[in-house]
Amino acid sequence: MTVPVSWYLLLAAALFAIGVIGALTRRSGIAIFLSIELMLNAANLTLAAYSRLLGDRAGQMVVFFALAVAAAEAAVGLALFINIFRLRRTIDVNRLNLMRW
Amino acid sequence: MELAVFVLFGLAALVSAALVVAHRNPVYATMSLVVTLVSTAVLFVLLGSPFLAALQILLYTGAILVLFLFVIMLLNIGRERSSGARSPAQTWSAVILALLLAGSLGRLVWDAHKDSEAPPLDATFVSLRGLSEQLFSSYLLPFELIGLLLLVAVVAASWLARRHEEDEPEVAAPSPEDRP
Amino acid sequence: MRPLDLLWLIPALPFAGAAVNGLLLRNRHKPLVTAIGVGAPGLSLVLALAALWDYVANLRPQPFEQFLYAWTTGSLAIDVAFRVDPLSAVMLFVVTFVGFWIHVYSVGYMGHDPGYRRFFAYMNLFMGAMLLLVLGNNLLVMFVGWEGVGLCSYLLIGYYFEEAFPPFAGKKAFVVNRIGDFAFLLGIFTLFSEYGTLHFGQLTERILADPGAAQRPFLLGLSLAGFTALCFFIGATGKSAQIPLFVWLPDAMAGPTPVSALIHAATMVTAGVYMVVRTNVLYQMAPEISTLVAVIGAATAIVAATIGLAQNDIKKVLAYSTVSQLGYMFLAAGVGAYVAAIFHLATHAFFKACLFLGSGSVIHAMGGEQDMRKMGGLKKQLPATYRTFWISTLAIAGIPPLAGFFSKDEILAGTFAHPGALYRVLWVVGLLTAGLTACYMFRAVYLTFEGKFRGSHEQAHHLHESPRVMTVPLVVLATGAVVAGWIGIPKGVWETFGAHDRNLLHHFLSPVVAEVHGAGAEHGMSHLVEWLLMAASVAIALAGIGIARSQWKRRGLEADAAFAARTPVVQRLLENKYWVDEIYDRLVVRPLAALARGCWKIVDTLIIDGGLHVGAFVTELTGDLGRFTTTGNVRQYALYFLGGVVLLFWWMVL
Repeated sequence: MTVPVSWYLLLAAALFAIGVIGALTRRSGIAIFLSIELMLNAANLTLAAYSRLLGDRAGQMVVFFALAVAAAEAAVGLALFINIFRLRRTIDVNRLNLMRW
Repeated sequence: MELAVFVLFGLAALVSAALVVAHRNPVYATMSLVVTLVSTAVLFVLLGSPFLAALQILLYTGAILVLFLFVIMLLNIGRERSSGARSPAQTWSAVILALLLAGSLGRLVWDAHKDSEAPPLDATFVSLRGLSEQLFSSYLLPFELIGLLLLVAVVAASWLARRHEEDEPEVAAPSPEDRP
Repeated sequence: MRPLDLLWLIPALPFAGAAVNGLLLRNRHKPLVTAIGVGAPGLSLVLALAALWDYVANLRPQPFEQFLYAWTTGSLAIDVAFRVDPLSAVMLFVVTFVGFWIHVYSVGYMGHDPGYRRFFAYMNLFMGAMLLLVLGNNLLVMFVGWEGVGLCSYLLIGYYFEEAFPPFAGKKAFVVNRIGDFAFLLGIFTLFSEYGTLHFGQLTERILADPGAAQRPFLLGLSLAGFTALCFFIGATGKSAQIPLFVWLPDAMAGPTPVSALIHAATMVTAGVYMVVRTNVLYQMAPEISTLVAVIGAATAIVAATIGLAQNDIKKVLAYSTVSQLGYMFLAAGVGAYVAAIFHLATHAFFKACLFLGSGSVIHAMGGEQDMRKMGGLKKQLPATYRTFWISTLAIAGIPPLAGFFSKDEILAGTFAHPGALYRVLWVVGLLTAGLTACYMFRAVYLTFEGKFRGSHEQAHHLHESPRVMTVPLVVLATGAVVAGWIGIPKGVWETFGAHDRNLLHHFLSPVVAEVHGAGAEHGMSHLVEWLLMAASVAIALAGIGIARSQWKRRGLEADAAFAARTPVVQRLLENKYWVDEIYDRLVVRPLAALARGCWKIVDTLIIDGGLHVGAFVTELTGDLGRFTTTGNVRQYALYFLGGVVLLFWWMVL
């Protein structure tokens, strides 16, 4: 039996929501970063599902580029974390709150 | 057959995603994300794009997550300490809003596609040749730009992560009381 | 190059003088200041005489126009251009001639004043503006000059700004003039919107081309011509100190005496008369407004003359006399005797300037004292001043063959000749005013120059005749006061003696008066009536002089006291100038001040400021509350972000 594409989309929505919860509730910068990767992955899954549904390979292309962008983002983001950690000895976002009144 | 694979790996993805979010130890969280990504890769295969599945495993799990682990080790980040101000309001409003979002998205998808039938998979859609032909013709410019982006990211990351001996006291000076 | 081509230099020179004196020189350059301050009007006088000679000899009566540059173009095309025609020629001569001699006089009068340079800068600026007013070939250039002289008047009235009263008087003059100027401007706008031009010649042509259009009903129940004529006349009442806007002129005496002579007697205040005569075509088309002009003129003449009878400040007497004489000029304009109005304007400029300068000489000798009650018997110490003052007084009183007689007589004759019972009344009023004029002027002469000196011992010691630089202008102007009338000896006189009509002024000026069909018909008086009228005016002038002589020559101030004892009500009424200032204060100034205060307290402070304060408070409050959302906590920001996403999702998608 074939699985309807809409199921993939629902699964992607669920993964995305989990990612959102993680990004908003975790205090560790690394954990937030992981959650963001999770959300990105959910979006990729959606794109792939639509590519399948519409029979158009454009979705796959976008996933391809998104993966590349994710790699760049991870590199820069992690470098930033290293820098922050060096200055503040923490990556707890609750403590990184200099930008306020 | 397809249903069984979908259910298995879909559930695996959900459970491991929940673990990514829930686990206090960043190493475990990262390993759970590996599981999620691999499961998603399997779903990519089901959706007719083995190329993406391969990329997912090679690039994401193989490179990015290893980088994560590397940084976690390097910074020696332990378990997230439950010290400091807990903020249940933040947590609960985040959960509620996320569920609302998921519900809305789900309803939208369900209303739109509950009866949509995907066209049958054919060899050309799946084939690597078709994909690469498209990638290097219609998507040549974005492809080149992505290459440039990666180069910039590499340069930026290596510049950011290097030790700035001369800057350090100056940057650290304004906020000595913030040091733990 | 003919002299007329240098016309533009005539106003430009005083302007340049004002700029150099006012902006470049310093107080220590006094000789240079004098050279420029007097030299610029002097050169203007020379140029004006040359230009006038050129004009009279070669061009008369065609107007000469000098185009300088196009101020605006397109549908609102206005040129800066000058015009010499008989009317502006007369004005040009009067302004430059009298103006120059008053400048000369000022060298002596203002010699010890610390503001010498400032004084000459303002005076030159005034000369420039006045010449612009006179020479402008369209209403807008005239208006620029009109405002310019108003500004200079304000500056010079408030010249002694360290004292309390002069700045107030200057402000009063300016504000009262604004009322008139507004109406003037309204008239200019009306004419432009109806005829599309402000050029005097074209305007007259276009109005005459279609008299019906000018006489159609326009506004306020008036015809187009009537409305604009009324607007212009209101403007003239402001500048020329007529009822109801005459109150500023007596206060304007707070300025230095040469200023009173130049601006508030000879030139600026006559600008209103000049303007009415300039636009006489409108007045001829609007007989009802002409009647109004005549009535206002006559009323002003007699009201001011009666007030002048009870004033003790020598300059105030002259000020009310000026108002009264200006009333005569408007009476003349109102009855259609435009030539007579300009004639009286010119003669008045000579004798009144001479009188003011004479009073200045007296004040100079008295060390600044202006109160006639402290003077007396000055003829011994100030012989030259006395003689010129006396001649000018005879001239203003209307004794032949001095200047005032001819011009005043022509006005009275014109009023008498005008059909209608009202005009006979106006004639009687004019005649009475002539008698009053003679009376109060000779009162001033007797109080000042006859009898015993009533001032302090110190002042008696200080008495001296003024230097030559002041007496020479007096003599020149007194000569003018004698001979100026001879250019307008009436036709009847010539014809009675079987001579050819040599009323030069009349011949010269008549092209200026537009020929409107059915209006201003030439009055045909018999020579007998003309002689009788002259006899009447001479008789009443002599009667006035006689009364003054019998009352004040011997008894001096006692006569005033006796007069006050006999008719206390009249005395108080006159002494307080009919309480006009007080009435205006109650009726206009205070309500306006109250309104302004209301605007300030309620509209400005309460509503506008209050609104701003509320706005500022709300902004601050919002900021105070809003800044608690800016915690610096990234996750919280992300939560707001998510909330926004959900809301947008619902709004846009579902």
